[in-house]
Amino acid sequence: MSFSTALAHHFLPETILALGVLALILIGAWRGTRAFGLVNELAAGLLGLAILALFFGQTSEASLFEGAFVDDAFARFVKVLTLVGSLVTILMSRDYLQRAKLGNFEFPVLVVLSTIGMLLLVSADNLIALYLGIELMSLALYVVAAFDRDDARASEAGLKYFVLGALSSGMLLYGASLLYGFSGTISFDGIAKAITGAPPLGVIFGLVFVLAGLAFKMSAAPFHMWTPDVYEGAPTPVTAFFASAPKMAAVAITARIVFTAFPGIVGQWQQIVIFLAIASMLLGSFAAIGQTSIKRLMAYSSIGHMGFALVGLAAGNEAGVRGVAIYLAIYLVMTLGAFAAILQMRVEGRPVEKISDLSGLSRNNGTAAFFLAMLMFSLAGVPPLAGFFAKYYVLLAAVDAGLYPLAIVGVLASAISAFYYLRVVKVIYFDEPAPAFDHSPLSLRAVLAVSTLFVLGFWVYPAPVVEAATAAAKSLF
Amino acid sequence: MVVDLTHYLVVSAIVFTLGVAGIILNRKNIIIILMSVELILLAVNINLVAFSASLGDLTGQVFALFILTVAAAEAAIGLAILVTYFRNRGTIAVEDINSLKG
Repeated sequence: MSFSTALAHHFLPETILALGVLALILIGAWRGTRAFGLVNELAAGLLGLAILALFFGQTSEASLFEGAFVDDAFARFVKVLTLVGSLVTILMSRDYLQRAKLGNFEFPVLVVLSTIGMLLLVSADNLIALYLGIELMSLALYVVAAFDRDDARASEAGLKYFVLGALSSGMLLYGASLLYGFSGTISFDGIAKAITGAPPLGVIFGLVFVLAGLAFKMSAAPFHMWTPDVYEGAPTPVTAFFASAPKMAAVAITARIVFTAFPGIVGQWQQIVIFLAIASMLLGSFAAIGQTSIKRLMAYSSIGHMGFALVGLAAGNEAGVRGVAIYLAIYLVMTLGAFAAILQMRVEGRPVEKISDLSGLSRNNGTAAFFLAMLMFSLAGVPPLAGFFAKYYVLLAAVDAGLYPLAIVGVLASAISAFYYLRVVKVIYFDEPAPAFDHSPLSLRAVLAVSTLFVLGFWVYPAPVVEAATAAAKSLF
Repeated sequence: MVVDLTHYLVVSAIVFTLGVAGIILNRKNIIIILMSVELILLAVNINLVAFSASLGDLTGQVFALFILTVAAAEAAIGLAILVTYFRNRGTIAVEDINSLKG
């Protein structure tokens, strides 16, 4: 296969987005301040086109760019999730940004740029590609976090995210340099071949630093400290973006690096992943209890959910990766649905974000109240909703791998976290009514309805997601 | 005295530690944090170039060039965010960054 056909078959989504985003910048520069609506729609179209390219594209495996980029079923599965996260964010953000006088064409452009970084990250197969993917993703994310530049809270969120993100990139790089030095190569396969028997101390240090850097990006405890502040301070569509697409890419590259670069030292990284998983699940359950802001609540919720995804990773086998892939898909839908509901919280034209503002929603808007309550039940893991199956697959993999303490902590953390999810349901249905919310745009109602239907109907027909996740997990081994 | 790989690694580890300590211990000024981030990245570069020379493999030096480029972009974005923060708050003292917590 010649290089150009390989490019056309396996690098198509990235090519579409990279060329398209250049056109978007030109359109934005040409039309100036009136460009937002058009660029927003075109960006959504580009992301949709990239999803179609993945659905109808190649199903074979290929390695491009001298082993820097790998296209396999796992990469394609996570790429679809990432693109869906970005696409839904773009669709949901338009109304909010225009009302907040933030309708600048740079927002969709930055989201698409960041998405390109995530796609490259998911497919990264050596340390340089890993680093460049992470930075392309993060640099755009720093800017969107501070996108409301006249708001002190948003710029503080951007600053915090930047400082901690830069620190985490530095740690990841230091680990990468040690891995390179002690194995003599930057390719993941090469590192796996170089580590035979007891690994040298430098490799262990490198592994720890790289995992710490990646844990920052997916906001796993104890590297989560930026998450609640950034989620609260950033504009809500940005928070929805942070909670969805980048997490998919960060968890996916963690899975890829531990399974392709360190298959020989499972015992070494398994300890670290188990620690991260337990810390994240417990922190996500306990710290969220006292929150009054729904955005902070979602921040701790996302930390806890990343802990559960890491439970599947800790199992260290194919069933575990399948659990992680299913978990990511279901978490993505639940989070986007919950943020579609949060974006509808608007009283007399002004956004509100206290949990108590939801009170009486059942009387003011019964449909939205039902949808949000179902999403909260699903986030808590109540059967037969999708969130239950997500937890079921990762915990099952952990039990099969003999990690009983980890599975028990997972079940306990899930029970504790049910408290604060159910408290939101209680506020919606049983508290004294607060002022009713304004009529919300179609895009938000549609996202909320579709995600709730997915969550409600997953148990009827789970086969498409489960089969795709099984194929994805298989390609990593 | 022969300067071998270990010496370079020790220098790099010291610079890296200084950078991390600068971020964690500093309570005064965000510019110092930006400088500490640069220190961390330069420590990584020392590591990579030293390994590259000792392995006789150019990949490490190519990696170092990529890091230099990205570090420049990162510093530009960091300073831009810092400017918007200063416009809103009128201060860049680390201890004043506390309006978000809970």
